[in-house]
Amino acid sequence: MPISWLVLIIIALGAVGFFVGRHRALASAGGESRYLHSLPVFYGSSVLFSTIVPALLFIIVALLILPGLIESRVSEIIPDSEIREGSNRGLVMAEVRRVAEGLDNAVASGAISNQMARNVRADFTDMTARLREAGQVATSTVTVNVLKAAQAYRSSINTGQTVVTVVALLIALGGLGWSYSQSHKDFRARNFVERGALALLIIAASVAILTMIGIFLSLIFNTIEFFRLYPFTDFMFGLTWSPSFSGRGGSSQLGIIPLLWGTLYISFIALIVAVPVGLFSAIHLSEYASPRVRSIAKPALEVLAGIPTIVYGLFALLTVGPMLMSVFGRDGLGIMGGASSVMTAGLVMGIMLIPFVSSLSDDIINSVPQAMRDGSLGLGATHSETIRQVIIPAALPGIVGALILAASRAIGETMIVVMGAGAAGRLNMNPFEAMTTVTAKIVSQLTGDSDFASPEALVAFALGMTLFVVTLGFNILALHIVRKYREQYE
Amino acid sequence: MIDATANNASEEPQGKTKTSLLTENARMKARNAAEKRFQYYGITAIVIGTFFLVVLVWAILSNGLPAYQQAVVKMDFTLTQEQFDEAEAATLKTRVYTGYFISALEQKLNSEGIEAEFDAVAIDRILSKVGGEIRSFYRANPDRIGEPVTFELPAASRVDRYIKGGFTREDLTSDNRFFHQTDFDLVDALVEGEVIRSAFNWNFITGVDTGVDNAGGAGIGASVLGSFLMMLVVLCLSLPIGVATSIYLEEFAPKNRFTDFIEVNISNLAAVPSIVFGILGLAVFIQFMHLPQSAPLVGGLVLTLMTLPTVIISTRVSLKAVPPSIRDAALGVGASKMQSVFHHVLPLAAPGILTGTIIGLAQALGETAPLLLIGMVGFIARYPDSFLGGFEGPNSAIPAQIYNWASRSDVVFTEKAWGGIIILLAFLLTMNIIAIILRRRFERRW
Repeated sequence: MPISWLVLIIIALGAVGFFVGRHRALASAGGESRYLHSLPVFYGSSVLFSTIVPALLFIIVALLILPGLIESRVSEIIPDSEIREGSNRGLVMAEVRRVAEGLDNAVASGAISNQMARNVRADFTDMTARLREAGQVATSTVTVNVLKAAQAYRSSINTGQTVVTVVALLIALGGLGWSYSQSHKDFRARNFVERGALALLIIAASVAILTMIGIFLSLIFNTIEFFRLYPFTDFMFGLTWSPSFSGRGGSSQLGIIPLLWGTLYISFIALIVAVPVGLFSAIHLSEYASPRVRSIAKPALEVLAGIPTIVYGLFALLTVGPMLMSVFGRDGLGIMGGASSVMTAGLVMGIMLIPFVSSLSDDIINSVPQAMRDGSLGLGATHSETIRQVIIPAALPGIVGALILAASRAIGETMIVVMGAGAAGRLNMNPFEAMTTVTAKIVSQLTGDSDFASPEALVAFALGMTLFVVTLGFNILALHIVRKYREQYE
Repeated sequence: MIDATANNASEEPQGKTKTSLLTENARMKARNAAEKRFQYYGITAIVIGTFFLVVLVWAILSNGLPAYQQAVVKMDFTLTQEQFDEAEAATLKTRVYTGYFISALEQKLNSEGIEAEFDAVAIDRILSKVGGEIRSFYRANPDRIGEPVTFELPAASRVDRYIKGGFTREDLTSDNRFFHQTDFDLVDALVEGEVIRSAFNWNFITGVDTGVDNAGGAGIGASVLGSFLMMLVVLCLSLPIGVATSIYLEEFAPKNRFTDFIEVNISNLAAVPSIVFGILGLAVFIQFMHLPQSAPLVGGLVLTLMTLPTVIISTRVSLKAVPPSIRDAALGVGASKMQSVFHHVLPLAAPGILTGTIIGLAQALGETAPLLLIGMVGFIARYPDSFLGGFEGPNSAIPAQIYNWASRSDVVFTEKAWGGIIILLAFLLTMNIIAIILRRRFERRW
């Protein structure tokens, strides 16, 4: 593990720097710390800081950039003739990576020597035979060019790592040397360290932005790639969802409409369960319940929110599904074909959303000014009339915001639908039919050994993009409404 | 409203009925009934909510607790040196050990006066690999030869389910080659003779995943380790980054576009569906950076990004709760802004920050969807070789292992999935209780 050793060495250098820097500063003041500009610890820290931080930042950046750089360089080696009909450069690159990994493993297990693995003019047939002997190459189609590219891949990874190691150590030593020479009693060490610390804080704060950019870029690039292989209109308005993994491209129909329909139908049933229960319990808890009841019932409902979705998924798959089957299935009414259905997933998702609706509405109802309640009650309205005619209308924007948030939660929910809703994309009104959703299909298209170059895998990114845009839109809308509403009563 | 009151006022003198506030007229009755009804709606809603909770807990406990019980065969067994040599010299070594075991079993049953018919094949069906287990024990502990040893061997999964009541005589089809109708009588006899009994299934907690051939032996241990490693990554990254972000935003950030942009991003990140983080992990960490698939390191990175908003939001709340007088006092005696924050504000906010971090970790622990995308649902049949290698090597996580079990057709794995949920919830409960205790003990009201 060269990287972890490199990091340890740099940290050790920094630790050494801390003590020598402090010592030099103290020595320059004749051992009297009161003649120093800053506390001695700041001189040590400034050396530590300038040794470690630039070097580590360099390593992080290098780790981010290096794979892409190597990829593009090796990709240039592969001649166009190597890319067969129905294949593309990405697939060949995957092959190259597999062979390179095979070479690594074969060297590690001693089947071939390192010298041999590196030798570009090595006998090709001999090499493949040895690789297969070592159990490293599963596919039969290792060609000369792929092997050459794999060797180039290995060697550029090696050089890349060496360069990174050397440069990082040079940066660390340079930082150490520079700040050591600065460690003098007049050096404004505290200001230096604090400016550095502030810079680190800002970098940390930028992680949120970087994540958002990362999400956006990873979605957008793969989505564009997908639309190059599959027409946009067929995706957006296609009424059939039937990916075929056997024939690459062509035979798959990837229309999003059945998935959106399933998503919305399940979310709709979930909201039908969650909204009345959640809203009425919120009203009761905030307006009627005694503090004792409230102190028991509120946490009990909130426990539902703390339960992981995998638990709800299992509950849907193994408890609710069979239960519904016994009522609506073949032995009962006969309208339900299998345990997974829109109803199963919708019901369980509704249970999951109850605490979400109730605690948000509870907050909003509580923030309606007491004066409005008192005014209505003073005019002779009963408690329920006050709630229905004064409090609810006043809280309505906030409650709508809460419901939109709940809906966006329902749309983005994955495990319950993966386990409870079924796998077939259908356009159907029967809630006891199995349907599938956007999230469930993202999981099924990207799980397993799919390569990222086929439209069947790339469609997951387009689905993810849709999901991301819809939920983000819902959230911005909801937050906007809730904020507007809060401002009204503050 | 004004019109209505005006109308009422003009109508009332015409009616001239004498009413009292103390007697209910029809209209008041209807209004009071509506009031009562409205209250009942609320109570019903709460009852429905808690009913769902009770059903959920009942389903988990009733399905999951059996996973912690296992039918074991408990036998006192003595192997002499001659028997050992004879068995090791034979061609089918385990078969000979099975023979020894059967004769010991016969003796025991005869001494207790229980009549049972069995042969070696039936024992094989009931106890799966008894000969192999005995052999490997004596090969590992040759010094125990000649003295009585108590063996506790796991019974076959069908026996296990028969004893727990999940598998009955009616369920057995005649063409089942794993179990015969006569085996039930034998198991009954063995239970009566106290040879087969239920014991706590430690293997479920410490073991690793198994294939279909040994469904009863599957354990959740390796995936608990995987989850632990992920949580370590999440803790080591999300706590420093989250706290640094919050300190910057709360204490240093000027009010400008950049700060606003960060704030908007944080609140939006909190609302992004978890599956999208999985896509991010797949595209950035695996596709672009070529980090290993199925590794707890990648899982931890993805979950860190998900946990960050929780940590940031709770840290900012606890930083806000520290009164400005603390900062002013620190600045007043000559501390720099940085010193006032790190020496005074941060320690006072620490309990709140820790509470928020633990709650964030608990959320991350239960998260499944992103792990499916980065491939942490594989079949993991062994523990990682080393601690550091555990971060990079393939592993699973508790929720992913549960999902994996739930999608297999064997009923034994379903039971394991419910059992795994009990472990998951036990971890979550512990973390939340720690968070509550921290909050109760150290929270300061200014």
